[in-house]
Amino acid sequence: MRLYAVCVYLFLYAPIAIIALFSFNAGRHASQFTGFSAQWYGKALNNPFVMDALQTSLIAAFLTACFASVLGTMAAIALQGVTGWLRTLFDALIYIAIMIPGIVIGIATLIALVTVFGWLNPLVAALWPEGGTPPQFSMGMHTIVAAHTMFTMALVIIIVRARLSGMDRSLMEASADLFATPWGTFRQVTLPLIAPAILAGFLLSFTFSFDDFIIAFFVAGSETTLPIYIFSSIRRGVTPEINAIGTMVMAASLLLLVLAQVLLRRGAAKSAG
Amino acid sequence: MSVAIQTIAELRGVTKIFGDVVAADSLDLAIGEGEFLSFLGPSGCGKTTALRMLAGFEKPTKGEVLLDGQVVNDLDAHRRPVNMVFQHYALFPHLSVSDNIAYGLRQQRPRIERKIISAKVEQALETVRLGGFGPRRIWEMSGGQQQRVALARAIVNEPKLLLLDEPMAALDRKLRKEMQIELQNLQRQLGITFVLVTHDQEEALSMSDRICVMEGGRIVQVGSPRELYDTPRSRYVAGFVGTSNFFDATVTDASPNHITVQMASGRQLHGTPEIPIDTGQAVCVSIRPEQIALTRAERAAEAALPVTIHNRIFLGEHTEYLARNEALGDFLVLVPRQAELNEGTFNAGEQAFVSWDEGALLILEK
Repeated sequence: MRLYAVCVYLFLYAPIAIIALFSFNAGRHASQFTGFSAQWYGKALNNPFVMDALQTSLIAAFLTACFASVLGTMAAIALQGVTGWLRTLFDALIYIAIMIPGIVIGIATLIALVTVFGWLNPLVAALWPEGGTPPQFSMGMHTIVAAHTMFTMALVIIIVRARLSGMDRSLMEASADLFATPWGTFRQVTLPLIAPAILAGFLLSFTFSFDDFIIAFFVAGSETTLPIYIFSSIRRGVTPEINAIGTMVMAASLLLLVLAQVLLRRGAAKSAG
Repeated sequence: MSVAIQTIAELRGVTKIFGDVVAADSLDLAIGEGEFLSFLGPSGCGKTTALRMLAGFEKPTKGEVLLDGQVVNDLDAHRRPVNMVFQHYALFPHLSVSDNIAYGLRQQRPRIERKIISAKVEQALETVRLGGFGPRRIWEMSGGQQQRVALARAIVNEPKLLLLDEPMAALDRKLRKEMQIELQNLQRQLGITFVLVTHDQEEALSMSDRICVMEGGRIVQVGSPRELYDTPRSRYVAGFVGTSNFFDATVTDASPNHITVQMASGRQLHGTPEIPIDTGQAVCVSIRPEQIALTRAERAAEAALPVTIHNRIFLGEHTEYLARNEALGDFLVLVPRQAELNEGTFNAGEQAFVSWDEGALLILEK
């Protein structure tokens, strides 16, 4: 049993460890360790294509996280008052958004967007005043953010809702009893108490969006995110530079995930105490 | 004891229905300014619903809730000059002790000056004997201290009514006693009207000016603790306020001040009615354990019944006996220390007599 467990973990984590190890390779081949060096990290950070892709990814992840946490929190609060079959329907939709494979979301979003833009562009062009150049809707940063927000929002809803349902309802009543208006109660009691959950949702959304390849690949248009860049460079052969980028992304993602966990734990301990 | 002079709050025919459950059934009650009133009853009797309607958390299905002579049915909780101490205190975990207490004052518009707020908070902390605890976090406080914070958070607003929802439920017995005395002192000192909800008869008896006993959503009897104890109207009230011996009986003679009842055994007893009584009515007779005398020799009293001692529990200032009469059944008798010293201790199996004086036997609604 123990051996079996060791094998499973090896299978899961050995490739990742090897990537991290080879990112410090002095040689230029990915399969042969010739010495220890951090040069590929320098190379990666000085590559303008990498930095461009990184910037795109960071902007997309940041915007996604902002939209997802605001919309997700609003949805979680609104869903508190929903009961019966409507509640079941919303719950199902939330879980579906998380469970549907990324490739399905990617293709579906692409088809939907292409169709909508196909209708919208001629319509706007027809309505646009004579002489001006009508705007053309196409794939780009906004479509990446929209697609990412759609499924990360479901994560935020689940996290915030768990926090809300763990909250003592009498705290809200106490606030109303102490003359706070409903908005005052939300601002002074509800929001501070669910803030750790919202922040955790923000960090998770950021990580998911930053790491996502499949959905972004379909809806990115001419934009190149970091995962898309890595994918296209791999086709030209795996270099230690790619390993270095991968290791950095992994380290940053892990850091954010741990931070999100810590926030959730601390928040829970606080409200229990 | 403060006497209710002016009515500060009133329930007029208030009914509250949740789904198909009638939580409160046409409640009529006037609460006097400065009094300490308790709603007493088991869980589900509607006492908390009554309190929540005063606070504004529930709207009556029927009837009117009045505060200071104004109908406040449609006034939301945050607009009512009423504050509540919650069962589990409901202190804000993200705020310090003084921020919790200042919360109500900070909601006031126009805004109250900071200096005034901090002075009032300081004073409230002193009142509940928590001076210097202001900067502490809530989770650093013990249960008893948290309760004082909850109390300070409410009284700092000088409410017209202070509502207390089972405030002692989470405290241990010793602390509860201390808090009861403290609450009573606080109420006299501040002159605020207190409305307490409790299922603990001892708590209600020891603190209140008046008790409102509830059962199944209705008010059964309202009166001072002494009135409820001495002249309960029904078996339910007599059983809830103190302990008593109960027997079934039928009225054979209903003279205005002297009632004769026949026990199931055929024995005739005499008593005083607290309710209008008709001849032939099935009633319940009650006799308090401390009003029964336990003697070796038959006493010339209103009634003397031969009994066999079954059980003895020494309680310190009292000894509790369980004595059985062949025809009527078990009597619980509370013998004070002094009487026991005179008469000597009774042992299990011993023969004795129980007796009581004229007027001790109460005739109650079944």
